[in-house]
Amino acid sequence: MPIVFTHKPGLVVYLTAGYPSIEVTRDIALQAIDAGADVIELGVPFSDPLADGPVIQRAMERAVARGTRLKDVLTISREIRAARPSAGLVVFSYLNPILRYGLKKFADDAAASGADGVLVTDLIVEEAGEYLAEMARVNLAPIFLAAPTSPNERLEAIATRSQGFVYAISRVGITGTQQNLTSDAASLVARIRRWTTLPVAVGFGISNSEHVAQVGKFADAAVVGSAIVELIERTTTESGPEAAPGAVARFIKGLREPQAALAR
Amino acid sequence: MASVILPSVPSESRPGRFGIYGGRYVPETLMAALVELEHEYDVAKADAAFQTELAGLLKDFAGRPTPLYFCKRLTEQLGGAKIYLKREDLLHTGAHKINNALGQGLLAKRMGKKRIIAETGAGQHGVATATVCALLGMECVIYMGDVDMARQELNVLRMRLLGAEVRGVSSGSKTLKDAISEAMRDWVTNVRTTYYLLGSALGAHPYPTMVRDFHRCISREMKEQIIEKEGRLPTAVIACVGGGSNAIGAFYEFIPNREVRLIGVEAGGCGTELGQHAVRFGGGAPGVLQGTFSYVLQDENGQIAMTHSVSAGLDYASIGPEHAALHDSGRAEYVSQDDAAALDAVVKLSRTEGILPALESAHAVAEALRIAPSMPARDILVVNLSGRGDKDMGILARELNIQGA
Repeated sequence: MPIVFTHKPGLVVYLTAGYPSIEVTRDIALQAIDAGADVIELGVPFSDPLADGPVIQRAMERAVARGTRLKDVLTISREIRAARPSAGLVVFSYLNPILRYGLKKFADDAAASGADGVLVTDLIVEEAGEYLAEMARVNLAPIFLAAPTSPNERLEAIATRSQGFVYAISRVGITGTQQNLTSDAASLVARIRRWTTLPVAVGFGISNSEHVAQVGKFADAAVVGSAIVELIERTTTESGPEAAPGAVARFIKGLREPQAALAR
Repeated sequence: MASVILPSVPSESRPGRFGIYGGRYVPETLMAALVELEHEYDVAKADAAFQTELAGLLKDFAGRPTPLYFCKRLTEQLGGAKIYLKREDLLHTGAHKINNALGQGLLAKRMGKKRIIAETGAGQHGVATATVCALLGMECVIYMGDVDMARQELNVLRMRLLGAEVRGVSSGSKTLKDAISEAMRDWVTNVRTTYYLLGSALGAHPYPTMVRDFHRCISREMKEQIIEKEGRLPTAVIACVGGGSNAIGAFYEFIPNREVRLIGVEAGGCGTELGQHAVRFGGGAPGVLQGTFSYVLQDENGQIAMTHSVSAGLDYASIGPEHAALHDSGRAEYVSQDDAAALDAVVKLSRTEGILPALESAHAVAEALRIAPSMPARDILVVNLSGRGDKDMGILARELNIQGA
């Protein structure tokens, strides 16, 4: 199914699957969709997440320690798809768990789970030949990351091989929140648009409604990850895991508030 | 063992591939820097001025060529093959790591980088990097796992004395693997200003090739020296393998000489269960860790396994991709020696030849001790003694119950 951003700007919500538990991740995703998330990225926990900052590292460590497997992430995907047929659903992973699962089997099972697309953090376009063929075979959208450091010839390859949307990294660095968005993001999005009409989502460091509104001026969607995972961590610690879905839903509604004000 | 899973269409002709292994598996943010590094390295490699400056430093600063030493007493006691040691332990800073640190340090200077970061396990690469940064006047940050900082404290002190900032890493297994992840996080954040001086034959292309090239001098000298002393090539070259930098340096020039056995020695640790050793060719399966496709110790879900070795430098879940290719082609053999055998080898070499090897290198010595007695006297073993054992005195005193003051 094509990924559609029904809101303007769209919202992509990243969750580390299995943290605080498989069931709660599913419930968070469902409430997030109801609160206005266009796309859910289900992060496959990995023992060595070298592109992630401390918040997602901690969540992954706990999810791995609980024994969360790629198979469990696909189960969450299936349950979300069954409950919310039109939401966008992306499996977000490091490469090794997919290789170990088997690339072909992963493609089959991810597609069967109802996912729309796949994003592999440490898989660049040059190494993605067999992966792209598999994604095409099962009709899953391969989503690639574009970085502010990517020269134009790389952006062309990234933009033309991506489907669903292109994920533009707002700044150099690992995942995690920051105070201000840099000017890197807007120029990167403009460069990406030279080669594609796909929606462009901007992620890394987006944590509040101001950031979302800012991104909305030049991109199609904002990706919120660490801020939500941190909220889940805080809520779980303070009020228990069952409080996390509601807290995330309120946070997501809050991310759109100033835009509602602007529209009036 | 799991079957080999191809992560992409493999191409033998693509640079950075060793058979199906190697490649580049990194976040996109690093790609421009890796492509730039590959280009700058290619240019430097072909530049006579760069090579002359490096050769000068290797000779006058680091102390190359290192001797090839015949272990007369050890050979007599074992009663089999002749045992030679390639004395990389005699290099400045105490291990082979300085070869690569000097090469990449000069490259970083050439590229105009002022800030150097590196990971270290046993601390030898950290010390070598800190040394080169002091020599070239560059800022130096070293990432080291908390477990390794505790067990290789002497090297932590040396790095700090040399002016480097040592940052402890408390995530995961708190060893080399986690130090590499943290260094990569730093690099991805500061990629525009920072040079990542990777210390093993690991990581994304061009690192495995570049690190190997900077250590090729080991086997080049070995070859000349053994021909000078014995008039022929050795029966076998033996080296310990953590990430694989000293081993690939010791093997490389002998790869075309198929009559020379190449023996890599992995850390057998304290048991055969996953988590008790670092035998990648025993319990590992092909996978991707920290930028490269190679053998990786991992569980059935693709999570990277914990490892153990008494030697911090061999305590790593993956292995350089060129070793993976040499393993699969059968050109090199890989065996393991456990903690106890390495400790025995430290004592044996110290008391028979007056040479205290690093715990890492002691794994290679242990393999020589095992195979030499059953070999004919005309056979020759060359062991790459990659480092000296001063750094290990704390562990050795404890493990061997040696009393101090």
